[in-house]
Amino acid sequence: MATSGVKVLGARQSPFVNRVVMALEMKSIDYELVEMNPRLKPELLIKTNPVHKKIPVLIHGDRTICESLIIVQYIDDAWTNGPSILPPHPYDRATARFWAAFVDDKLVPLLGQLREAEGEEAKELVFKKFSEAFMQLEEAFINCSKGKAFFGGDSVGYLDIALGSFVGYIRVAEMMNETKLLDETKTPRLDGWAERLYSDNIVKDVLMDPQLLLVQLQSGFRHSRSSRRHRETRVEARSLRGNMKEQCCWRRGLCEMQQIEGLFLWREP
Amino acid sequence: MGEVKLLGGLGFSPYVNRVEMALKLKGVEYEPIAEDVKNKSPLLLQHNPVHKKVPVLIHNGKGIAESLIIVEYIDQVWQEGPPILPKDPYQRAMTRFWAKFIDEKCIIATWKACCSTGEEQEKSKEESMEALKFLEDEIKGKKFFGGENIGFVDIAANFIGYWLPIISEVKGVQLITEEKFPNLWRWMNDYCNDNFVKGILPSKDALVERFKSK
Repeated sequence: MATSGVKVLGARQSPFVNRVVMALEMKSIDYELVEMNPRLKPELLIKTNPVHKKIPVLIHGDRTICESLIIVQYIDDAWTNGPSILPPHPYDRATARFWAAFVDDKLVPLLGQLREAEGEEAKELVFKKFSEAFMQLEEAFINCSKGKAFFGGDSVGYLDIALGSFVGYIRVAEMMNETKLLDETKTPRLDGWAERLYSDNIVKDVLMDPQLLLVQLQSGFRHSRSSRRHRETRVEARSLRGNMKEQCCWRRGLCEMQQIEGLFLWREP
Repeated sequence: MGEVKLLGGLGFSPYVNRVEMALKLKGVEYEPIAEDVKNKSPLLLQHNPVHKKVPVLIHNGKGIAESLIIVEYIDQVWQEGPPILPKDPYQRAMTRFWAKFIDEKCIIATWKACCSTGEEQEKSKEESMEALKFLEDEIKGKKFFGGENIGFVDIAANFIGYWLPIISEVKGVQLITEEKFPNLWRWMNDYCNDNFVKGILPSKDALVERFKSK
């Protein structure tokens, strides 16, 4: 399958975009990341994703594919050389799809709910929902991993990508709320998986370390054009980003990392 | 190919109907087990502890939940029947895209447009019109979403094709008309009159009674 003409419309910080990038990296596909802020409704995004107007969009020759998990499955179907992303067995495949849908439908919205929650009581309610979701994912991990390191077995697979892309934001939410959402005492295997994730070669190249992600987000949150503090945080963030560019270098220097302010205040794309 | 059971409702659920359609398309023998969702059975709770909902397909003792995931599973396991999803990776991706679109953007909006009131209803009507326009464009020039034959998107769109017109009639809220959505209207008629689909859809009278009480 020709690897020319593969582009990802997206943003570095978006967990949904990161799913696609991880899949491309797993298959060793050359691609170009075209960074954009979906909130500005750029023309290319509207043209390629008129239905949802969201990132990520994969452009493969004259084809455009939208929705992160649909793109990941497309990558797995279209590039048959390289490791499989979805498990081959139909039951395992259905199970992986089920839990990926659970991540999107039940877990991801909790990050938004936590952000919007006002007061300790409201936050406690959301913490409880996180705890319930992670207990269910702990069971999922036991069933899917079959005693191995990842949901996909010995190496990362579909569900590792689907959930793994959000681990950074979960850890950031933990730091910002001074609480444990993914708790090693309640969900030890899942927590162990989350720790192991960043040691995977593909993952560590794509996903930003949670500590650095927190600094990025805080730089955006404390944005104030006139203050000296703003200039300091921007310099700090810029130098960290420089380090991150080395640490998290996307494939073969094809990625142009641009400063996209709005995306530091991450929302669902 | 092993023992197949389908935990379904009492005949009203479009989600269960999707799975029935897929099983019948592939000619799979299965045992339907009716579930009273107000009084959930141990079997349902065992095989779908996360959502506790129907449909659940139990194949050789292993449960699979979520209707479209089940349909893809059926397509992958029973390869000898007609394909439900296309083989081409891009066509598969587009098929999955539209099925997801129907689930996330069409079903809830159109249901609320018919069954809610006030501001929520008005907002849902607008959302429905927007969503249905995309489906209208997608079906243009095609007999079914799957092409010449029923496919994954047609199965996913069973609510739009059959349930929605019935709910619309009961609630007096017309969303899809021949004037506004001529292609979708034509698809709905072809779909509901298709011999295969006709044989699987629940009785209109039963659905009318059901929705009158909602």
